[in-house]
Amino acid sequence: MSQTVKKTFRCHPEPDECKGCGRCVSACPKKLLKLGSALNIMGVPYAEYSGEGCVGCGACFYTCPEPGAITIYEITPEA
Amino acid sequence: MAEVVKFGRPKGFFETFERRPGSIKKNMSYCPGCGHGVLHKLIAEAMADFGIQDKTTFISPVGCSVFAYYYFDCFGLQVPHGRSAAAATGLTRANPDSIVIGYQGDGDLAAIGFNAFMQAANRGENYCVFFVNNAIYGMTGGQMAPTSLLGQKTATSPYGRNALTEGYPLKISEMVSQLESPVYVERVALTTPANIMKARKAVRKAIQINMEKKGFAFVEVLSGCPVNLKMKPADMDKFIDENMTKYFPLGVYKDVTAEREPVVRPVPTFEKADVEKALYRELPGGDQEHESCDSEIFNRELRIKIGGFGGQGVLSLGLIMAAMGKYRNLNVSWLPSYGPEMRGGTANCAVIVNKGPIGSPIVDSNCDLLVVLNRPSLDKYLPELGENGVLMYDSSTIKEVPAVKPGQKAIALNTGDIAEEFGNLKCANAVMLGAIGAMLTKHYLTPADAAKFQETAEAAIAECFAGKDKIVKMNIEACKLGFDKMQAAL
Ligand SMILES: Cc1ncc(C[n+]2csc(CCOP(=O)(O)OP(=O)(O)O)c2C)c(N)n1
Ligand code: SF4
Ligand code: SF4
Ligand code: SF4
Ligand SMILES: [Mg+2]
Repeated sequence: MSQTVKKTFRCHPEPDECKGCGRCVSACPKKLLKLGSALNIMGVPYAEYSGEGCVGCGACFYTCPEPGAITIYEITPEA
Repeated sequence: MAEVVKFGRPKGFFETFERRPGSIKKNMSYCPGCGHGVLHKLIAEAMADFGIQDKTTFISPVGCSVFAYYYFDCFGLQVPHGRSAAAATGLTRANPDSIVIGYQGDGDLAAIGFNAFMQAANRGENYCVFFVNNAIYGMTGGQMAPTSLLGQKTATSPYGRNALTEGYPLKISEMVSQLESPVYVERVALTTPANIMKARKAVRKAIQINMEKKGFAFVEVLSGCPVNLKMKPADMDKFIDENMTKYFPLGVYKDVTAEREPVVRPVPTFEKADVEKALYRELPGGDQEHESCDSEIFNRELRIKIGGFGGQGVLSLGLIMAAMGKYRNLNVSWLPSYGPEMRGGTANCAVIVNKGPIGSPIVDSNCDLLVVLNRPSLDKYLPELGENGVLMYDSSTIKEVPAVKPGQKAIALNTGDIAEEFGNLKCANAVMLGAIGAMLTKHYLTPADAAKFQETAEAAIAECFAGKDKIVKMNIEACKLGFDKMQAAL
């Protein structure tokens, strides 16, 4: 029986590379990002990912002005 | 479970920004939410995807993106304000295979560098330009830019930009697209994800055009400067989408990529032999029939300065002497300098004669022969006379014997009076030329070279006053007269 392996995605905002501008928060079509209340090394509240539901669209990545503040991982369950 | 990075830090950036001072080495220096960062990422991603980093030069402008070369892992140039187009022109002309990326703000491109930019676009230089239109001078603290909107309050338009006093915002994409040369012109905005993806496409297209060498590609990028526009990043995007795009509509303004062939220009050569040939080629008219002179003084650079009033023939005396050097198969330079007025002001010229190549044509020190036809020139240029230099002056106007240093010679002849007696004061310079000949004959020339003086002077005079036979004849006579008088006096 063949089964299509469903891909899932994970968004990882790197706290210490985030400047807290909030652009990713507005960009995510699934509303999965928000600015928290903890402060990072730059002294700003940073973006946090809700933990699930990312569809890997890349909107948050491309709208973020920081080089490596956001990484989107594609997860393939092991067969 | 296997995890792979689908979107992550673009490889076109350095892994860490070591050139950045301070402890933060992973971030760029832009304010939170700044459009520069968004555009940098698109460019870095494209460079890495296309595998062109090793042959790309990114030109950082003056503006907030002045340190862009801290970030991009490719060649970098940081140019003075507005000079991106000039540097890009040189780069692509000298290295036609290289990829050249210009990156300029609205102050840099549309104000101080506007002419240079438009001319480069009009020449269809082989590079691509990303124009960050954030409607403000970001770096300097929010002054009005050529692209600031009507009514926009800035540090220098506190009541809002007014068309009557500040003019209308410049529509750069519209202007560039009217030019014949540019291949591709598009305006994009770094706002919604959809708009950013269009910007991404435009960035990639412009770079690809440059990779194919199809000429000038231009992308105007409406970009946020939330700090100077005093907006939250979210409101910033709204301002761009609702206000800026009304005046600066998004879209492709020109795209003739499909019709254009690669632009191929002649490549300048930098081979030493070729450069020397171009610089020190035998001068037209300089003839090889004349064997070169053997007098020792020509074995090194001979530096001559001639000063006087405009109208005294100072410049033509220098020109004749330079021509004489040419006829004796020497390298020569002649550098005139005079005030805005044609006559009556001060004038001087520098002549350098050398067997070997001449570097700079300027003579402002170590002068070997200083010729002055009036007092102010004596005062001004005597300090430039070198250790064993010779001063020759017109004693009909300079009455006191100038105080030269030990080792230097001061030789006088009343050239003005002699010329007047001869019948034309304008020939004083030719009288002086003869006097110089006599002085050289006595002190410096081999008999063989001395024997050629008159003949060479005649050829040079004939060349300088070509077509004016009477003047040629008169000057040749005055030169002979000067020679004889000087010879008698020495
Ligand atoms: C010759 C010169 N004139 C003026 C300046 C001052 N200056 C620095 S940046 C700048 C304007 C920058 O604005 P823009 O090009 O729009 O770049 P932005 O910072 O907005 O990205 C000016 C006028 C300078 N550095 N050099
Ligand atoms: S990749 Fe898309 S869905 Fe996932 S967090 Fe980013 S914006 Fe949201
Ligand atoms: S867009 Fe980037 S810098 Fe801005 S809040 Fe999100 S992760 Fe942080
Ligand atoms: S001043 Fe404006 S353009 Fe400059 S870094 Fe800050 S937000 Fe960006
Ligand atoms: Mg600007």
